[in-house]
Amino acid sequence: MIGRDLLGIEDLERVDIERILDTAERMREIGQREVKKVPTLRGRTIVNLFFESSTRTRASFEIAGKRLSADVINFSPSTSSLKKQESILDTARTLDAMDLDAVIVRHAVAGVPKRIADELEAPVINAGDGAHEHPTQALLDLLTVRQEKGRIDGLTVAIVGDILHSRVARSNIYGFSKLGAEVRVAAPPTMLPAAVETLGVKAFTSLREALDGADVVMALRIQSERLTGSYFPSVREYSATFGLDRGKLRYAKDGAIVMHPGPVNRGVELSPDLADHRPSVILDQVRNGVAIRMAVLYLFAGRRRRPGLVAEAPKGGSAA
Amino acid sequence: MTRVLIRGGRLLDPASGLDEVGDLLVEDGRIAAAGGQLDGRAAEVIEAAGAWVAPGFVDLHTHLREPGQEYKEDIASGGRAAAAGGFTTIACMANTQPVNDDPATTDFILDRARQDSPVRVYPVAAATRGLEGKVMTEMVALVGAGAVAFSDDGRTIMDAGVMRRVLAYSRLVGAPVIAHCEDRCLVGEGVVNEGPCSTRLGLPGNPAIAETVMVERDILLAELTGAHLHVAHVSVAGAVEAIRRARERGVNVTAEVTPHHLALTDEETLGFDTHTKVAPPLRSAADVAACRAGLVDGTLDAIATDHAPHAVHEKDQEFTVAPPGMIGLETAVAVVLDLVREGLLSPLELVRRLSTNPARILRRPGGSLARGEPADVVIVDPDRRWTYDPAKGFSKSRNSPWAGKALQGRAIATLVAGRTVYDADRGVLVP
Repeated sequence: MIGRDLLGIEDLERVDIERILDTAERMREIGQREVKKVPTLRGRTIVNLFFESSTRTRASFEIAGKRLSADVINFSPSTSSLKKQESILDTARTLDAMDLDAVIVRHAVAGVPKRIADELEAPVINAGDGAHEHPTQALLDLLTVRQEKGRIDGLTVAIVGDILHSRVARSNIYGFSKLGAEVRVAAPPTMLPAAVETLGVKAFTSLREALDGADVVMALRIQSERLTGSYFPSVREYSATFGLDRGKLRYAKDGAIVMHPGPVNRGVELSPDLADHRPSVILDQVRNGVAIRMAVLYLFAGRRRRPGLVAEAPKGGSAA
Repeated sequence: MTRVLIRGGRLLDPASGLDEVGDLLVEDGRIAAAGGQLDGRAAEVIEAAGAWVAPGFVDLHTHLREPGQEYKEDIASGGRAAAAGGFTTIACMANTQPVNDDPATTDFILDRARQDSPVRVYPVAAATRGLEGKVMTEMVALVGAGAVAFSDDGRTIMDAGVMRRVLAYSRLVGAPVIAHCEDRCLVGEGVVNEGPCSTRLGLPGNPAIAETVMVERDILLAELTGAHLHVAHVSVAGAVEAIRRARERGVNVTAEVTPHHLALTDEETLGFDTHTKVAPPLRSAADVAACRAGLVDGTLDAIATDHAPHAVHEKDQEFTVAPPGMIGLETAVAVVLDLVREGLLSPLELVRRLSTNPARILRRPGGSLARGEPADVVIVDPDRRWTYDPAKGFSKSRNSPWAGKALQGRAIATLVAGRTVYDADRGVLVP
């Protein structure tokens, strides 16, 4: 069964993922009410501990917590602990002394949520760590695909772009594979991780071959610091070879959907037209993000480690 | 005359090939006799039945952090950790603050060692000023002050022209140049071995080729100049193979490998534990196997710890930020005894790689139980089971991947110049 923390999709079983998705389906309805609030997590304190700047993910978690009546506090220490002369574990221990019910961690370096989870009594939810994992993003992507296609099993999913530096890619590779999809990755050779096939994917350097027969095409954001970097020669060349537009989308299966974790570099990884219109489902992904994060907070908040202080599983509320 | 008799141990002297149960007699700090039953009258007697009696271990590669970073380690604490690990001689790297790139710093280190260290300490001086890889150090003056080798360890001299001249000039003093071989451009941001583990972790990968490329370059430069190149902490199969081929064609190259690169693979990094972060990084199982094979066939001459102390608060940082390195003096013997237990090396051949070969590379006494040699001796119980707790060790730091692990084999006594400096029951005794 689901553990105390949500650090990555790699750690989850198929049944865990399905339970989170099923819970999120029920949470979606709350967002459509006039009064978008249930008392499920009333009296619980949740901290958004974001070492790396983020507006979308942080807002999504904050809205999710507030819809469940939790007290959500945003805490954004300066990015490098070296500059602060305070280690990340110092920060974690300080927060832990405040008796929190969940800590949501984002950090630019892989592994930080794990190190913090090892120190904390409170459960830790990974909101993205370096190029490691971004589990709630994968969960919302799975939910979106399940809604669009009615299933995950047997689908072919092509993830296109900077696989090397992408936590979204890793979490989605684990998530879609565990739910029975075939996962492909496509990128210039410089942006494919070493031994990427050991993650259980097929790797392509031809977009056309990767998209052949794909039900889902997921474009990844090229991070701004890499736009001028040495991984590909120019934005123009990247866009011409790996950028998705309606022409290239014809390589995929009829009815294929297009996804993107946002924010989109229009004209780089997605053509402006594709970014804003079907078959792209980007705003559905965002909508589902709140539902997934509500489900995750509902399932994880309060699972403190120390015996005796473990809160009862939240009950009541129309969502349960 | 002071006499010490070490009685009934398994005498292991790689220098002479001696491997038999017998006594070892020390007189006035020097080996007087080895083998057979010796007369122990009027002598301090150390019973060694069931244990190995060998020339003290020689570590080519330690970081003692003094001067400048005494909160991590100092010459006293590092020397005590060495004694407890069975080492009687250690070479200390130049990346102190200030860098050991001038005779005054070398003097200071030797002065401190004489006062504070129970074991012999030999400074390795920087190969270039400030470890900047630009201007070579005053090698003649540094050797005059007592430096035994030259190295910018921790950094690779990226400018091949500078490295060529460092190697060429070192022939003037006849001291080895110890090279930390990692091409910094290929390493990039890498912090764990590039491969399935770095991909799973999402941490930047440090590719094996970064080491192989630089080992090949330095071998070619050593061949060109005729200098003695010593390759530090070999960690990849490609480097082992490069050194093997170079030796076959007569290049003056020697090499060392660490206990951690012989024992641990990059799978250890999967939990993001910064105690597994080291430079070069822990490598693949195939690389570990190649390093072991290289040590067995003699391509890699010596085992060296690369003892690199760091404070708890430094290792408690993000994986990319935490400094690389692990302490190793107190665990080395237990870890490398696995090679004997697995039948890869005889006890005599293991001692050769821990003592005789590194002493030869340093061109210093040690590594021998021959009559007249300084009585630097270690007594090892190869079977003793113990659990390593760095908090109870002698190093000031705790950054070991073996913390809390059950180990087998331990130094039970260490003698330097005939004086017992460490004893498992009484701890470190002098100074």
